[in-house]
Amino acid sequence: MTQATSQPMKIAGMTPRAVVVALVVLAVAAALPLVLTNYQVGLATEMLIFGVLAMSIDILAGFAGRTSLGHGAIFGVSGYVVVYATAQAGLPPLPAFALGVIAATLVAAIFALLAVRTSGVYFLLLTLALGMIVWGICLRWTQVTGGENGMRGDVRPPWLVTHQAFYWAVLAGAAVVSYAMWRFVRSPFGLTLLGIRDSESRMRSLGYNVPLHLFIGFTVSGFFAGIAGALYAMFNNFVSPSTVALAQSVEGVLMMIAGGVGSLFGGFVGAAAIIALENAVSAYTERWQMVLGVTFILIMIFAPEGIIGTLRAVLTRKQR
Amino acid sequence: MNTFQLLNGLTFAALLFVVASGFTLIFGLLRIVNLAHGALYLFGGYIGFAVATKTGSFVLGGLGAMAAIAAIGFVLDQGLLRFVRGNELRQVLLTLGFAFVLNDLALVIWGGDSFTVPIPQILRGGMRVLGVFYPTYRLFVLVTGIVVFAALWVLLNHTRLGALIRAGVDDAEMVEASGVNIRRVFLVTFLLGSALAGLGGLMGGAFLSLYPSADAEILVFSLAVVIIGGRGSLVGVGVGSLLVGLLNTLGQVMFPEFAYFVIFGPMAVLLAFRPLGLFGRAVSA
Repeated sequence: MTQATSQPMKIAGMTPRAVVVALVVLAVAAALPLVLTNYQVGLATEMLIFGVLAMSIDILAGFAGRTSLGHGAIFGVSGYVVVYATAQAGLPPLPAFALGVIAATLVAAIFALLAVRTSGVYFLLLTLALGMIVWGICLRWTQVTGGENGMRGDVRPPWLVTHQAFYWAVLAGAAVVSYAMWRFVRSPFGLTLLGIRDSESRMRSLGYNVPLHLFIGFTVSGFFAGIAGALYAMFNNFVSPSTVALAQSVEGVLMMIAGGVGSLFGGFVGAAAIIALENAVSAYTERWQMVLGVTFILIMIFAPEGIIGTLRAVLTRKQR
Repeated sequence: MNTFQLLNGLTFAALLFVVASGFTLIFGLLRIVNLAHGALYLFGGYIGFAVATKTGSFVLGGLGAMAAIAAIGFVLDQGLLRFVRGNELRQVLLTLGFAFVLNDLALVIWGGDSFTVPIPQILRGGMRVLGVFYPTYRLFVLVTGIVVFAALWVLLNHTRLGALIRAGVDDAEMVEASGVNIRRVFLVTFLLGSALAGLGGLMGGAFLSLYPSADAEILVFSLAVVIIGGRGSLVGVGVGSLLVGLLNTLGQVMFPEFAYFVIFGPMAVLLAFRPLGLFGRAVSA
């Protein structure tokens, strides 16, 4: 197609083909509870939630060139606030949900204020250290967070108590949030982030306020991580320091990388792959941490482009 | 803060110095952020504990921990990191994966209970310093920290290896171009840094005790030290350790639940003005 032809038709920013693909994927996903057991529906719900977390990390890693090891903490803060607000403060589920997301966004904004001055490894270190601080507070501030034992609370509204209903709600949420993230990274703002990723100095000399863009990008990413965290709190009805621990951030990053950095929707693929692996491994051994570590090492050495990217590379090599 | 708490801060700073100096050596020269450093510390502590209780010798425990952790460092560097050389992000994430494996291995071998490395007879009890009665062992940690600082100072500033390491921190390519096998210098540095983590594990294991999440705690303190002090600077680690050690003690005395904040506040202010830390220099890439 040449530039001279008219602009292709777009529906909500998507080409007709993308709309069809999206609708088919959604329809299949929505039909899943009809054929899966309750346990499997739970797993699928978890995959969707972590897919959203992986995507939120990808906004920074794939589009701004900054890998955060603090998103697990942002995710967890949201969960803590949701459980605290319902169980201790007696708020109804929806305001609690909103409060959790707001808290996560605020935490992300604080992280962002400090982190935007750094890049590369320093960014990684700083976000890791900030995430650790959140973890330390959740562990030590026993009166509020319940310390090592965590907190339990019935977070779900009554109409979402069944596995199926909750799955559909999460699916709808994930669809809306994914669409929003997709629009975000394709917006002029998202393109500016891409520019910063590729050449910070050039963007600066073009007159872009690089720290401000990164700050907003980080905060928006934290907002989405907060949504994932609030959903996870509703999924589990429980939070503990391990929800905000480094392992949570690391799993999110691993899912993002496994799905492919910068692929955005790959987050769901990565989340599905890692959760399926976790579930399969747990059936045989309690050493999930070790398997996770080994998976991490193997992906770093053999498949840094993610599962899909590596498969694609292998296939094209075969075709030649 | 009274004298007792001041001494607590100083002894903790000495331990941090031993651990973080290994971290910053590797970070400074090899540009590898070794997030397995905390795990190496904990593993070193466990091995030191095992050797010290078996042989009844604290010194052998220390030597065993250092040797074993250097060996693990060798495996990490030569067996795994060699495949991802030159890619900072992949290196960091790989060491993180390694840390997970190491921690889980420690959990398999030693379980989830907490252990305290037995202190030798002469270092037990307390003595009177600066008008307070203070545990002898913690004073020993303080002295060890100072000795390690002095030894590293001499190594870096008055030996050929040290000159190569310092040159490598500034410009590794140039050192290589002048006919030095920089790979070997890298490896020696990596082993030395790992051994320091092992030594720290034994020292810390005797007064902070060893338990499954101790690695993450020491890692975050080491990160704070390096972020404050700057990459690859011995003086930076020294100053960073003192700041973090004293602030941590101050924080624990004044706001026990938010002790981390007291470190993090100054760190944030510092980063706003000096993103590379107090003594960090820009990398000549």
